[in-house]
Amino acid sequence: MLELSVNGQRHALDAPVGASLAQVLRDELGLTGTKIACNEGHCGACTVQFDGIPVLSCLTLVHTVDDREVTTIEGLRDHPLVEAFVRADATQCGFCTPGQIVSAAALVAANPSPSGEEIRYGMAGNICRCGTYPKIEEAITSWRG
Amino acid sequence: MARLIRSEKEVEGRYTEQWIVVEEDTLEQWPEGPLDAVGRPARRLDGLQRARGEARYTADIQLPGMLHAAVLRSPHAHARVKRLDLEPASAAPGVRAVLGPLNEEIGYQGQAVAAVAAETLDQARAALHRIEIEWDELEPLLDPDEAVRRRELVAERTQERGDVELGFAEANVVVEAEYRTQNVLHNSMETHQAVCEWEGGERLTVYISTQSIWGVRENVAEHYGLPPDHVRVVCRFMGGGFGSKNSAGDYTYIAADLARATGRPVKCALTRSEENLDAGNRNATLQRLRAGARSDGTLTALEGEFVNATGWDGWLSSTGGPMEMLYGCENVRIAEYGAKLNTGPMKAFRAPGFVEGTFGLECLIDELAAKLGLDPLEFRRRNHSDSDAVDGRPFSSKNLLECYRRAQPHWDRRDEVRGRSAGPWKRGVGMASQIWYGGGGPPSYAWVRLGADARATVITAMQDIGTGTTTVMAQIAAEELALPVDRIDVSLGDSARGPYAVTSAGSSTVSSMGPAVRAAAADVATQLLEIAAQRFDLEQRSLSLRGGNIVSADGGSWPVEEITGLLESGQIIGKGSRGPNPTGMRVLTFGVQVAEVAVDVETGEVRVERIAAIHDVGRVINPLGASSQVEGGIIQGLGHTLSEERLLDPRSGVVLTQTLDSYRMPTIADVPEIVTELIDVPDEHLTNLGSKGLGEPPIVPTSAAIANAIRDATGADVRALPITREEMLRALREASERRPERVEAPAA
Repeated sequence: MLELSVNGQRHALDAPVGASLAQVLRDELGLTGTKIACNEGHCGACTVQFDGIPVLSCLTLVHTVDDREVTTIEGLRDHPLVEAFVRADATQCGFCTPGQIVSAAALVAANPSPSGEEIRYGMAGNICRCGTYPKIEEAITSWRG
Repeated sequence: MARLIRSEKEVEGRYTEQWIVVEEDTLEQWPEGPLDAVGRPARRLDGLQRARGEARYTADIQLPGMLHAAVLRSPHAHARVKRLDLEPASAAPGVRAVLGPLNEEIGYQGQAVAAVAAETLDQARAALHRIEIEWDELEPLLDPDEAVRRRELVAERTQERGDVELGFAEANVVVEAEYRTQNVLHNSMETHQAVCEWEGGERLTVYISTQSIWGVRENVAEHYGLPPDHVRVVCRFMGGGFGSKNSAGDYTYIAADLARATGRPVKCALTRSEENLDAGNRNATLQRLRAGARSDGTLTALEGEFVNATGWDGWLSSTGGPMEMLYGCENVRIAEYGAKLNTGPMKAFRAPGFVEGTFGLECLIDELAAKLGLDPLEFRRRNHSDSDAVDGRPFSSKNLLECYRRAQPHWDRRDEVRGRSAGPWKRGVGMASQIWYGGGGPPSYAWVRLGADARATVITAMQDIGTGTTTVMAQIAAEELALPVDRIDVSLGDSARGPYAVTSAGSSTVSSMGPAVRAAAADVATQLLEIAAQRFDLEQRSLSLRGGNIVSADGGSWPVEEITGLLESGQIIGKGSRGPNPTGMRVLTFGVQVAEVAVDVETGEVRVERIAAIHDVGRVINPLGASSQVEGGIIQGLGHTLSEERLLDPRSGVVLTQTLDSYRMPTIADVPEIVTELIDVPDEHLTNLGSKGLGEPPIVPTSAAIANAIRDATGADVRALPITREEMLRALREASERRPERVEAPAA
């Protein structure tokens, strides 16, 4: 039996050894906002936070999470960044967008007024194949409305 | 009234002539410029769903009892299956069905051989390892030129107009060069995948990540011999396609076969590695080009031999298209070959052929302009074609000269940009023109229903592949009904819940669907006014819709709800369809991009610092979404130009780049300043909207504009994509070894 704290809720569940956090979030907890796009830690679509720090849930074995608080996009639905992304048109197909917002939320929590350079550095791990990057930068720059 | 016409149908530059039943398009175009909803920036209707992770993609579909498929793929590029034993896999834990052999002769690495369905994905993957297989390995054919010599061709095509020899004889200057472009991969964030579920043996539901709901329906119905109406195809949200998801694929039939064998729904999703092997690619090309011009810059002849590395399967995209179509040159000869190779089949990729062909042609044009000592922008103006260069047809609209005019201020920055060169960093400016399709066509249908609450829903079984067409359709309906956009919903993504809609390929969704949606909304508006005329005892022609009200010529005004309220549970239903394209006219999109680059001549590093994109795509419905399309196209073009390449082991044909760290796509850190300008003038001959497509045009000129900027900065002629440091340093070495060339004397 495994215990996980996700978005402030505690869950007790069984998961096979070797299961990734992304797999458990999506398949066991139904939190499908976390996307798996490469499943090998190269694209950032599966980004979640551990105690506020962005991590790649596809590379994280669920049994190593321990008592860290996991935050997924479902826990950030009311974050002003969500509105900022829509306002700036920073989503096209949208498959990478939840991961982008989870990364961006960690960025602005640590640095509420990031420069363009800091945004490009902080967000370089999240690939968007549609190329919404200019709009993502705009959304993060103007995230407080 | 329905009308039967014989018409040319175009998808991504491929024309077929066929009978088409169309309805007349009787609506007059709206006036130019921003209206109430159309032409104004609009938020994506489904933006919140996407941003909050609520959007349900095929990857998120979980059906009760659903099994997972895994596919055994060939490790060899060319081989025969000598022995295949699936028995050990069927006995593996969790396995419910096995399938194979799917192919006996293997034509490329990653081609499907066998498949397994199991209770969990891990079990399915584990079972693959138990499959026993023996191979006869064969020599792979990997060299496109060799394939042409051996006549191993998927297709070939030659085109000639005028007298090319005479044209070259008349030229004062001739340039000749060989260009190469690489294989690039779509790498959509959501891999190709489908979930299939049978109802009995006769009805099949396919949830699939696709650009073509109706195309998949047709493919699957034909494959299983089912009436098309017994196949339901659902794609509510999809995670990118870029041309690679225009039809059903192996994964679709594998899921459906395994679902039929087990009586349970089955999901078959490609892994990222499989996506890099068997999901299509933009084929590599070899372009041997020659151009001649008179001293005044008039092009006298263009000639090109284009070899596409098509792969094991696919079609011959027109790499010679830009050479044929972009300039008003009288003498043109092109030969195009599609080499059949032991590599993964090509698929359409955002303006297939034209992206590759524009790189070669527009670099060559700049070399020619340089030899003549002519300004590249002026050279392009002088060779502008006022009617279709191929057959002299008039254009439905063409504002390329206006694009050039608007490019001038960006072009005029070059002295200042060059002046910012410092140390090893040389700076320069380059440009390239764009020509491409995007006019769309019939058939496409939409319904609009208006309820008692004066909210309307657009219903059509189209797909939104992420370009924002959902929002565009809502804006069009809102404009016609004079309602705010937030009073409009759009129901799409399900072949069982709406009429036929065009495929989202060839920049055709807005240009095909938009006029149908407007016609359906106009049908509703007419009915609404008919009812209002009866209710208020007024002449219908004295009534119109404005700002959510019904207004009469004599100054009366009533909220629309006063009439819709009478409906109670009733609805006003309107239907609309896409009318024909203008006969005898060529419908195309145009544009120009101006790139600014910095090149470190010591290390060969290239940085793109700014790109200005000016395009003519007719009326723009949503300027916000349109700018996103332009930026996205340019950023994909940037990857194509500088970093992306599917690398093959040259002996075995094995793909070396199967992950997203080895296949290098642009990140946010690679993006230059992008300036978007759209001409935004309706095409007066095209439909009731005057809008063309915008998905593809922005990627077309990017690589040539960058390469030409590199020449401006350094004097080096880049000839191959991607422009790696090796290619950059090679071009710099070649430039330093080259003797200054002399402009030939003008002909007598």
